[in-house]
Amino acid sequence: MTIASTTQQICFLVLAATTVLGALGVVLLPNIVYSAFLLGGVFLSVAGLYLLLNASFVAAAQVLVYVGAVNVLILFAIMLVNKREDLSAIPGLLLRRVLSGTVCAGLFALLLRVAFTTRWALPGPLPVGEDATIRIGEHLFSDYLLPFELASVLLLMAMIGAIVLARRDVFASDVITGEPVDQGLIEKARSPMLLERGDTSPNPSSPLVETSR
Amino acid sequence: METNTIVSSGLDLQASFIDALQGLGLSSSTARLIWLPLPMLTVLVAAVVGVLVNVWLERKISAAVQQRIGPEYAGPLGVLQPMADGLKLVFKEDIIPARADGLLFTLGPVLVLVPVILSWLVVPFGQNLLISNVGIGIFLWISLSSIQPIGLLMSGYASNNKYSLLGGLRAAAQSISYEIPLALAVLAIVMMSNSLSTVDIVAQQNTAGILSWNIWRQPVGFVIFWICALAECERLPFDLPEAEEELVAGYQTEYSGMKFALFYLGSYINLVLSALLVSVLYLGGWGFPVPVEWLAGLLGQSVDAPLVQVITGSLGIVMTVLKAYLLVFFAILLRWTVPRVRIDQLLDLGWKFLLPIALVNLLVTAALKLAFPVAFGG
Repeated sequence: MTIASTTQQICFLVLAATTVLGALGVVLLPNIVYSAFLLGGVFLSVAGLYLLLNASFVAAAQVLVYVGAVNVLILFAIMLVNKREDLSAIPGLLLRRVLSGTVCAGLFALLLRVAFTTRWALPGPLPVGEDATIRIGEHLFSDYLLPFELASVLLLMAMIGAIVLARRDVFASDVITGEPVDQGLIEKARSPMLLERGDTSPNPSSPLVETSR
Repeated sequence: METNTIVSSGLDLQASFIDALQGLGLSSSTARLIWLPLPMLTVLVAAVVGVLVNVWLERKISAAVQQRIGPEYAGPLGVLQPMADGLKLVFKEDIIPARADGLLFTLGPVLVLVPVILSWLVVPFGQNLLISNVGIGIFLWISLSSIQPIGLLMSGYASNNKYSLLGGLRAAAQSISYEIPLALAVLAIVMMSNSLSTVDIVAQQNTAGILSWNIWRQPVGFVIFWICALAECERLPFDLPEAEEELVAGYQTEYSGMKFALFYLGSYINLVLSALLVSVLYLGGWGFPVPVEWLAGLLGQSVDAPLVQVITGSLGIVMTVLKAYLLVFFAILLRWTVPRVRIDQLLDLGWKFLLPIALVNLLVTAALKLAFPVAFGG
């Protein structure tokens, strides 16, 4: 056994152990912040596994997308709302846990069976090494073009949804005059119009409204 | 790939070292094993020394900007001042606040520093003078630098301090928003060089000396990259995460001793790294303004002669470091000249200005590449 293959095996064992233990921690730990950080660790070790499989581009993309974007956004969301308070007790918690545990165990047994009955092609296909990046690009723009474009449409939809959710409440028509509102004015945070949206008392002859328009 | 065969292979220390050890009777794999840690250690030491130089420059230049003398007593011209700073940090008491989360508090600075040091893997100082010529090169740097915000968020959260948390959130938001235009600017370069590898990117710029540097073909990309790199390093005008007047010191507030030193090291190593990568991507990396092959031909020397190779290799290192430190000088001058932007201005600049410009730059580069394949690496 050469030094290279020994190192590879040690790396694989360490990475696999971190992935499994980290994933268990994500699910089982009561503190949601720890779960989120552990999720980042799991993503990183999965990237390490890709690296061991000679897929360096996929590994880097995994780090960039999952650790750098997804996990950071999850952490953001947690830190913006986290108030460090204990959740109120849920009735029948034990029963729920037993049920979800059974479902998970069943799923695990099923996966194990698949893993042991499938005839894996050993040894796998030869790694293409650094040419993998070019291959991925060619595939993305030929036979995987449709999924690629569909993913971009999905992202566009998510973006539009986020904008719709994040927008301030916009009245399509002015409360006071009933005229359609100039959207451009409302979008600006410091425009006087938005400041006066607070007083909703209909007062058509208010001099303030007149000056602001 | 192709460029490697065109340009002469230059100095290959690894091959000579392994040959020499095999001459002493060691097996090939053992020799390789002995070689492995050497470049890593060299680069690590270079990075730390780079930080010391950087700190000294920062002190001296800021003093000059404000018409002071600056550090003077520690060594000639105060060159030992950074060492004194470092020693002070080593001997300071290591405090973990009582209500802080000890584990995350310790892990945060480590997560900030490690990706930055790992990124030195792809910084080339010569055709073969880098730790590893990985094929995904510059993409590795982009993906590694995206790990940093997690460390910042971690230390901000673990400090159990509202200023720290705000600083951590700001740092993460800033780093996410400026990563996108940064990656787009890099993508335009990659499109022109047909390779992600940093060695290929530099080799492709060194065909005609200073005229073939990427800065002439990518002036907009250069500016975008530099702005984004400054924002990623949290240098003024973009040092909002640690804005003293608003947030005490941001996510660093509760840190002292070596844990603080890790942040400090991380930010300065990152600055040097960014400057090095600007010089690699836009300023011809190790290339001399006049092609070395041409100079050697003028002097009647063969490029492959051992002495010429050593000279070109050293010249390459000097040029890379010189370009990088010119940029560092510029960054320090900027820091002591311009005021800090507001957080909304920062995000506006990133999302509403740099991102569209970077996209247009990418499109224009693609169009130019199709229209003039000779000049834009078709």
